[in-house]
Amino acid sequence: MSKNEEGQEEAFVSSKAGKSDDKVTSTNPYAGLVNRLRASWLAGKTRPMEYRVSQLEALSRFLDEKKQSILDALAADMRKPPFEGEFAEILLVRNEVNYAINNLSTWMKDENVEKNLVVQLDSVFIRKDPYGVALIIAPWNYPIHLLLLPMIGAIAAGNCVIIKPSEISKNSEALISEMLPNYLDKDCFAVVTAGVEETTKLLENKFDYIFFTGSPRVGKIIMKAAATHLTPVTLELGGKNPCYVADQCNLQNVANRIVWGRFFNAGQSCIAPDYVLCTLETQEKLLPVLRRAINDFYGAEPKESPDYARIINDKQFQRLQALMNGGRVAIGGQTDAKERYIAPTVLVDVSTSAPIMQEEIFGPILPIVTVANLEEAIDFINARERPLSLYAFCDNKAIHQLLDRTSSGGFCGNDTLLHVSLVSLPFGGIGNSGMGKYHGKFSFDTFTHHRASLLRNAGLEAINRIRYPPYSDQKMALLIAAFGVKRRGACTLM
Amino acid sequence: MAEVKQTMERARAAFGSGRSRAVEFRIQQLKALERMIKEREREILSAINADIKKNEYNAYNHEILGLLGELALITDKLPSWAAPQPVAKTMLTLTDEAYIHHEPLGVVLVIGAWNYPFVLVMQPLIGAIAAGNAVVIKPSELSEHTGNLLAKLIPQYLDPELYQVVNGGIPETTELLKQRFDYIFYTGNPVVGKIVMEAAAKHLTPVTLELGGKSPCYIDKDCDIDVACRRITWGKYMNCGQTCIAPDYVLCDQAIQSRVVENIKKTLKEFYGEDVKNSPDYERIINKRHFKRVMSLLEGQKIAHGGEADEATCFIAPTILTSVNPESKIMQEEIFGPVLPIVTVKNVDEAIQFINQREKPLALYVFSNDKKLIKQVIAETSSGGVTANDVIVHFSVPSLPFGGVGASGMGAYHGRHSFETFSHRRACLIKSLGMEGANKLRYPPGSQKKVDWAKFFLLKKFNKGKIGLIIMAVLGVLAALIVKMAR
Repeated sequence: MSKNEEGQEEAFVSSKAGKSDDKVTSTNPYAGLVNRLRASWLAGKTRPMEYRVSQLEALSRFLDEKKQSILDALAADMRKPPFEGEFAEILLVRNEVNYAINNLSTWMKDENVEKNLVVQLDSVFIRKDPYGVALIIAPWNYPIHLLLLPMIGAIAAGNCVIIKPSEISKNSEALISEMLPNYLDKDCFAVVTAGVEETTKLLENKFDYIFFTGSPRVGKIIMKAAATHLTPVTLELGGKNPCYVADQCNLQNVANRIVWGRFFNAGQSCIAPDYVLCTLETQEKLLPVLRRAINDFYGAEPKESPDYARIINDKQFQRLQALMNGGRVAIGGQTDAKERYIAPTVLVDVSTSAPIMQEEIFGPILPIVTVANLEEAIDFINARERPLSLYAFCDNKAIHQLLDRTSSGGFCGNDTLLHVSLVSLPFGGIGNSGMGKYHGKFSFDTFTHHRASLLRNAGLEAINRIRYPPYSDQKMALLIAAFGVKRRGACTLM
Repeated sequence: MAEVKQTMERARAAFGSGRSRAVEFRIQQLKALERMIKEREREILSAINADIKKNEYNAYNHEILGLLGELALITDKLPSWAAPQPVAKTMLTLTDEAYIHHEPLGVVLVIGAWNYPFVLVMQPLIGAIAAGNAVVIKPSELSEHTGNLLAKLIPQYLDPELYQVVNGGIPETTELLKQRFDYIFYTGNPVVGKIVMEAAAKHLTPVTLELGGKSPCYIDKDCDIDVACRRITWGKYMNCGQTCIAPDYVLCDQAIQSRVVENIKKTLKEFYGEDVKNSPDYERIINKRHFKRVMSLLEGQKIAHGGEADEATCFIAPTILTSVNPESKIMQEEIFGPVLPIVTVKNVDEAIQFINQREKPLALYVFSNDKKLIKQVIAETSSGGVTANDVIVHFSVPSLPFGGVGASGMGAYHGRHSFETFSHRRACLIKSLGMEGANKLRYPPGSQKKVDWAKFFLLKKFNKGKIGLIIMAVLGVLAALIVKMAR
């Protein structure tokens, strides 16, 4: 923005009527693909419900027919245990496909809304329009789930979609790019495999919606790229999810649930409890039950358990190894670089200024930070970025105190992870942990433009006269009566 | 800039105190706002008039009437909107509490525009207050009188730390955009919209951008042209064309073009009399820069009516252009002035194609007696909103979400949509520490049996029923037992 001599904004409204923005220079390697998909969308291919259902059913078939290949790819990428793969990457996704198919006709319907006096005789509704061409960028930790779940919403909402699986989970990426296109309509859906540089080029194109799951750092880059085309975004990011534990009778159950949430996928989950907040006394009681839970789940030697995953790559492995220096190892601590194995680890005497308390851990290390009481825990949480999830194991009173005085994407009391398994709850972050929500109907809504629609009667022009010039006090009074919303109890003129 | 930094600190501290969270507090503030509007109506109308030469009828109609309705609606519904909303549960979560809680985002920034200087600040402000946020308000510097009045009145009626007004030009706005807000609500043009979103990206601040564009108006041969033209005239020339949802240009068949022109001319006479310049109901262009801009759009055009102008008073007569070339300058930017180009098309399909070749508009209008044709136009185009057989009116229905799509914006507001815009929907699941038996299904070591049971529990949904509850509890424990025995 710059000043002219009047001290006011220069170059006013210059919204380009022509769509020169769409056709990025032909030197952009993805321009052709994006243009092709946009043409399909403009031709109306994705609008009919039957079409969308057929594509969703094809996704379902992909999950069924390629189930073993998917589990194999996940195992190759991060030694994901078959149970975890089946549960998190196939079952939950199929659940959502079915939910979308079952509800699509309801979701797509024009939504009638409340009328005021002026439009009593008119048709007033919200039309659910697709945006057009959507881009979905997925991360490596749940490479199938975090790619297909948003895609379900995008397809259900009638968009054409480009999906970009993570290049870091190489085997899953290859599987998706080789096999998924055989199931979906190539005119409307495409898989792009790309590293950082190519993704930057991809983002130069104009999309009508961008859905990104990944780190806050990259989220900022995505949003900035989206801003150049005024593209709306959903960013599913992350952060440090606090887990407050009060002294309980049933600490074993607490430990089971925390261990399950923390060490699922070897800790590589955006919603894993990142660190524990409790008193020193509680810590001493927690350690033995945590130990017991780990033993129950993974045996005495987790390295040999088929139910324990590995770190995705050397870079992440080395990063995690270094983080362990932030405290004293109370449980676990063993590593094996060849296998990228890190034992389920619990740290105590953690320094809050150490790197492990500065970044999202994203690994199988659980630091315990001691606080004097709930107050201190709340202050600790509020002094930091707002997390994606907040966990608390305590009585109802404390739960509601925490809820009232903190902010987070979502919250789960007395358990971990499960709040994201309900399709009826919106899943997403706040502040640094993200913007936007999805799952269930929220996915459909995310990829839908809610278009205000009013179909008026061409007749009854006499009523309209009160709004036309020339004006008078009489017209004003009538106008107020017609437009105004009266408080309950007040009498209305008409 | 010291003022901006202090404003932010005050806002953060005020929000941090937690006092804006209580629903009673928010309602009290909204009622104070209502009092402000009613008690200071004269001053408000006066300021609007000084800024944009709008007489008191128009100003009241455009900028106050709707607000009072909005306030009545929101103060009435707020307690129910702000209450936790229970959601449907799965078998696994049957005995748990699952709900969505609408919470404030924190400190939000509302940037207003100059064309409806009061309502475009107040309506978002109402939503932001209702949702429990602290708000920094930045009125447009082009509507100075309204901006100054807001700075004077708001602290007199509302909590002065939670709701602050910052006036100023580009330096102040730039400084504000460097700050970390929890939401930014911007009304204005797409060029600045991109700048706002880019600034927001640095802090991962979500935004609503209410922008603009060229809102097309298709007039079908089969319609009551007299009525259509009256309604179009009303919407086009109100506020001297400076309305984001004004019908920007008309698309119609060559055969009816001259009738359209005649009808609009007739209506203009009805509305503003023989001498428009002396009509008390006709506004002026906001300033000389925009006056020159709009006048330059007339170059080379065929003026079927109007064209008279007076730079000294920023007066431009209601003007109609015919057979306009789609490549000409006036068809490349939002007009935002009292000039109506007519572009001829052969039929509705050509009109739809014409519209789809261009940026998605904020509003789309279609006049026809043929319901099928109307449905076709809506189905085959995209726009922020649409009104058929009238213009503008969808804006005034509080249950309709008002906002753009594509270059015309993102996000929506009005009524409940305002509340949703400025709220964070927090997903809450509260379980009990008991019933650990059912949980054993999901813990390692894994097995196929466990997967099958997990499928069963996850895929079924229940809403209520105490009997269902008991059955599920029993089934859960049973399942865990079976799996344990099978090991």
